Amino acid sequence: MHIPDGFIDAATSAGAGAVTVAGLGVAAKRAAVELDDRAAPLAGLTAAFIFAVQMLNFPVAAGTSGHLIGGVLAAVLVGPWAAAICLAVVLVVQALFADGGLSALGLNILNMGLVGGMGGYLVFATVRAVLPKTRAGVLAATAVAAWSSVVLASAAFALEYAIGGTVDLSLRQVIGAMVGVHALIGIGEAVITCLTVSAVLASRPDLVYGARHLAPTLELRPAELAS
Amino acid sequence: MKRTSIFVLAGLAVAVALAVFVSPFASSEPDGLEKVARDQGFDVAARDHDLAGSPVADYGVEGIRNEKVGTGAAGLIGVAVTFGLALGTFAAVRARRDRSKVTT
Repeated sequence: MHIPDGFIDAATSAGAGAVTVAGLGVAAKRAAVELDDRAAPLAGLTAAFIFAVQMLNFPVAAGTSGHLIGGVLAAVLVGPWAAAICLAVVLVVQALFADGGLSALGLNILNMGLVGGMGGYLVFATVRAVLPKTRAGVLAATAVAAWSSVVLASAAFALEYAIGGTVDLSLRQVIGAMVGVHALIGIGEAVITCLTVSAVLASRPDLVYGARHLAPTLELRPAELAS
Repeated sequence: MKRTSIFVLAGLAVAVALAVFVSPFASSEPDGLEKVARDQGFDVAARDHDLAGSPVADYGVEGIRNEKVGTGAAGLIGVAVTFGLALGTFAAVRARRDRSKVTT
């Protein structure tokens, strides 16, 4: 999903860059309010983990592979605002590895961090609201959101290509092909995201942002001695 | 050690293990976007990366001939740099909050 230099023209890339900078500014403001002392290292871990898992391309169809994007994974673990920042950090580091063009960095953060992460969280919150307030409900919402985030990010690319694509193609051609293959890759995204979130839920449920509503309400108990 | 620190260290260990030992065996087929670009014929528009000469370009490490070892080493570097940069970024984000607390 990493756009190289040259696919999208300079004006569209610059426009996307401006949208991305504005979006990250809002995300930073909101994340600053939400993050406590404990959450910052977790957000760092989330970014590092996503970098690692993004390297693990899995085969999806004849001659095609896909890899985790991680927008919804980050959003469910640390919240949508911190997630956008996590993805931005991952994409900046990947650019040092010559993955994702420098002129396309704004486009890539827009598609994977803002659309995939923040947009994916919107899907997560919507689905979660209609499901039972249980871990299974959180995981089901996570799966739907993870799949949707990949499809949404691929559709975002198609729209950007329709605006500033350097080889003339119809929107229908590009969006059909992009969404088609990413509907398959999205299944892998859903599986990896659910496995990871359920592992964290099993060990430290209190650390999962998207499962805060499951936390038991505080109750008053007599103090225990020497605890 | 605090429980959360232990969790973060354990998580980092998993990330490093995946990046170093699993990533060399990942599929090297084109990803979804690359495949679509080839099928639709706009792959020719891609330009060489500005950092194509970077010592870690394309997830290899300059000087390491063995491709699998190079990929694993690149993975280790990437996880470490990402963790460090993310910590720094979030520290900066939080510092801004602390500043705004003082002024308001």
